[in-house]
Amino acid sequence: MAKRVAIVGTGQTFHKSHRPDVNGQELIHEAVARALSDADLKLKDIDAIVIGNMDHFEGINYVDCWSVDGSGGTMKPIIKLTTGGTTGCTVAIGGYHLVASGMFDRVLIIGWEKNSESDTTGAITTAFDPIWDRLVFAGAISGLAAEAQAYMARYGATDRDGARVSVRDRKHAMNNPHAQLRKEVSLEEVLASPMLADPIHLLDVCPRSDGACAVIMASEEVAEKICPTPDWIWGTAARHSYSYLGDADYGRLTSMREGSQELWKKAGIKEPRKELDVIEMYQPYSFGGLIWIEDMGLVGPGEAPRYIWDGNTDMGGELPINPSGGVISCNPIGATGLIRCAEAAMQVMGKAEGRQVPDVNFAFSSGFGGCWWTDMILHGKKKPA
Amino acid sequence: MSDQFQGIEPMVYQSQINVPYSWWAGDTATRFFVTLRDEKKITATKCGDCGKVLLPPRKICPRCFTENMEWVNVSDEGTLLTFAVARRPFAAIPADKKVPVIWGLIQLDGADTALLHYLDGVRPEEVSIGMRVRAVYAEARKGTIRDISHFKPVK
Amino acid sequence: MDRAAIIGVGMTKIEKRKIRQTFADMAWEAVNKALTDAGMTMDDIDNVVTTSSDFWDGRTISCMAVGDASGAAHKNISCVEGDGTYGAFYGMTRALSGSYRTTLVTGHTKGSESVSSLITNAAFDPIYERSLGMDMITACAMQARSYMHRTKTTSEQLALVSVKNHGNALKNPLAQLPLNLTVSDVLASEMVADPLHKLDCSPVSDGCAAVIIAHESVAAKFRQKPVWVRGVSFCADSFFFGDRDLSRAGSLAQAAKKAYAMAGIHDPKKEIDVAEVSDAFTYQELLWLEEMGLADDAAAGKQLERGDFNLDGPLPVNASGGLLSGHPVIAAGLYSMAAVVRQIRGDAGGFQVKKAKTGLVQGVNGLGGQSHCVWILDKDK
Repeated sequence: MAKRVAIVGTGQTFHKSHRPDVNGQELIHEAVARALSDADLKLKDIDAIVIGNMDHFEGINYVDCWSVDGSGGTMKPIIKLTTGGTTGCTVAIGGYHLVASGMFDRVLIIGWEKNSESDTTGAITTAFDPIWDRLVFAGAISGLAAEAQAYMARYGATDRDGARVSVRDRKHAMNNPHAQLRKEVSLEEVLASPMLADPIHLLDVCPRSDGACAVIMASEEVAEKICPTPDWIWGTAARHSYSYLGDADYGRLTSMREGSQELWKKAGIKEPRKELDVIEMYQPYSFGGLIWIEDMGLVGPGEAPRYIWDGNTDMGGELPINPSGGVISCNPIGATGLIRCAEAAMQVMGKAEGRQVPDVNFAFSSGFGGCWWTDMILHGKKKPA
Repeated sequence: MSDQFQGIEPMVYQSQINVPYSWWAGDTATRFFVTLRDEKKITATKCGDCGKVLLPPRKICPRCFTENMEWVNVSDEGTLLTFAVARRPFAAIPADKKVPVIWGLIQLDGADTALLHYLDGVRPEEVSIGMRVRAVYAEARKGTIRDISHFKPVK
Repeated sequence: MDRAAIIGVGMTKIEKRKIRQTFADMAWEAVNKALTDAGMTMDDIDNVVTTSSDFWDGRTISCMAVGDASGAAHKNISCVEGDGTYGAFYGMTRALSGSYRTTLVTGHTKGSESVSSLITNAAFDPIYERSLGMDMITACAMQARSYMHRTKTTSEQLALVSVKNHGNALKNPLAQLPLNLTVSDVLASEMVADPLHKLDCSPVSDGCAAVIIAHESVAAKFRQKPVWVRGVSFCADSFFFGDRDLSRAGSLAQAAKKAYAMAGIHDPKKEIDVAEVSDAFTYQELLWLEEMGLADDAAAGKQLERGDFNLDGPLPVNASGGLLSGHPVIAAGLYSMAAVVRQIRGDAGGFQVKKAKTGLVQGVNGLGGQSHCVWILDKDK
């Protein structure tokens, strides 16, 4: 019999642009120690570890092996999962399956990155096919700009709509001491910031960050024993289609549509906009905050700008998105998806402090990366059937 | 079915990943390298919980999983636990080293774990497990592991 | 806990340079072979796990290259980085998690496209070690020396592993290096890193392997008689060589112990009929066998000389020819797994062993066997 799985503890570093005071293992350890303390567990209680990052951001091969001093993996099962930007959510989904299978009762999940140690754009460019795509494409920003342009052309959205999303996330970050960028900006400031790739301004996109996140998942029997308010995992989904850049439907996020539909079906959710209480999405640039919530089925195609302008996704609105300040406020890539998962768990567990959304029953977290890939998790306060 | 690709010249695209890295050593390794560079001393961390002296120095004891470390000096003399001799000029070998290159795992007196480094000033045939070796420091030291030039047998 | 079984395997031939095939082409070939072997179509697969390494492939997000070719479009997919046995482990937990029933697991490497010395040098700590210029071969030479010193195992005994495994490969059409060798051939081959000769080391290889792992509820629905997973475990040792006893593999001993416990095996020497272990270097076969309790401590060399691990011996080891006869690094563990599956099904062809009810598969991650994954597969549930 498969087991129900819950998150029983989370831990994060205070994410910064540079962490010269620690190496990678030491950074990982900070998050792990906080997660263990949050769950009131000791390292000896951990049965297995799942870890992920993106190799070429730190240039370390076999990170699962190298990192054991920090992860606590010495003489334990440790496995590495990596899928690019989605990695943080991928490792969480991995931890879920490891526990659900019945193989392990307490699994420690780690996502981390020291983006300050390499040339992020140079490394991302190597993701693309070396023969067809790599020579003509650079980094992540050009693909995102193409998506935003296609969306704007299709639905008549403007760069002001994108900027509104950025204003929201940067405001939310003020409530999160772990966020790297904590400075409110105005719509005008976003639009006046340097243009990176039309229509994306500097203040529309995420920074580069050093950070780590750890999450502890436990099986039903253990979770109920050790945690008064576990965050139950209701379902996971991932879509990693398209191998070449030209294969994507620019302006729509197919992976989000397919994956979220699967998730809603699994959990019996009919109206995600009404049934979800909070969303932490891997949204590395503002326009994703418009396009992708349409693909998630919160609102119809082209309706996101109105929904956002009306304040529905702000704190206190119908469905707050990114109470943590989101990825625009902080992006240690391999950790980012797991930070979304941890933040969603904290909302369900009632541990989100200054950024707590009241009465969270269902929360959604996601990872984004690859070439328009999405991984996602549905979290709930009640135990799934 | 006939092979439609028969006789086609296979194309090969030569490339290399060009990503520069700057690894932050962190406070712990930085202290080790500064002492090595400025004082020609090898330092290690001693775990206050298990008492083990760890080299390379650690901020966290991997077994106890605690940050309860104090700095100690270890000897620059120690015992060779094992070694390898590269006969082929493998690509990873730095340009200034000529084969045969000898690496040893050296347990310095006062340390509970061993350090990886070069052996030099000795022919491969003369090296044996258990032999005593001593650190030779580089003339120009820059705060890297190669501030120790190599280890040489203690006569 | 529910049970899982391996119900299909597919492998490309292992070659020095697959110059006509991209990663996706190799995956497509291996996946289709596995589906045919299992008597399944892609519609019968409900999720996919690919296994690859960004370092070996020279691209960030290396899994991107093979997802579509592995049939993952519109399906749930993930990627493990490390040996194929770890990918299979994650694939198995997905089949047991209640979310899915049939996981397709692939692993690929094209060693021919990069420089293995630089790739494996990048596994050393960048601050304390990497600039010294060691790589997998020199690291393993150091371990070989340490093992030989402790156990008094000789170079001749190491060479005999090479003779046996390359000889076994003569009976495996998928192997890259089937060779008829003598001990003196091995000892006369180039000394690359003392004490390892060229023929003590596995070659650089290209290849892709796929296995299909199913939940017990669907395992018997397809063409093959299921090969059951009775036990599996993995474990990592300390990272720094100086923190480990390099002449041993404590993490392997622990992984094997846990896998045996899960499988209910009390006397592995008697109960294991056939084993495929990670013989990237000759000494490793002997060291790993001892640490798993399949050979007596410090005596594997002598048992090898006695013929214990020969194809017709009491415990045939690497009957397929092992990694010495072809080593696509990330796919390696899946090739080993597929070889044991075929032994247990009785369709290993020329390298079929007489008795193969219970088999052991071992995969390795990291330098000098820092992390190990051990599987016990069985004909019976």
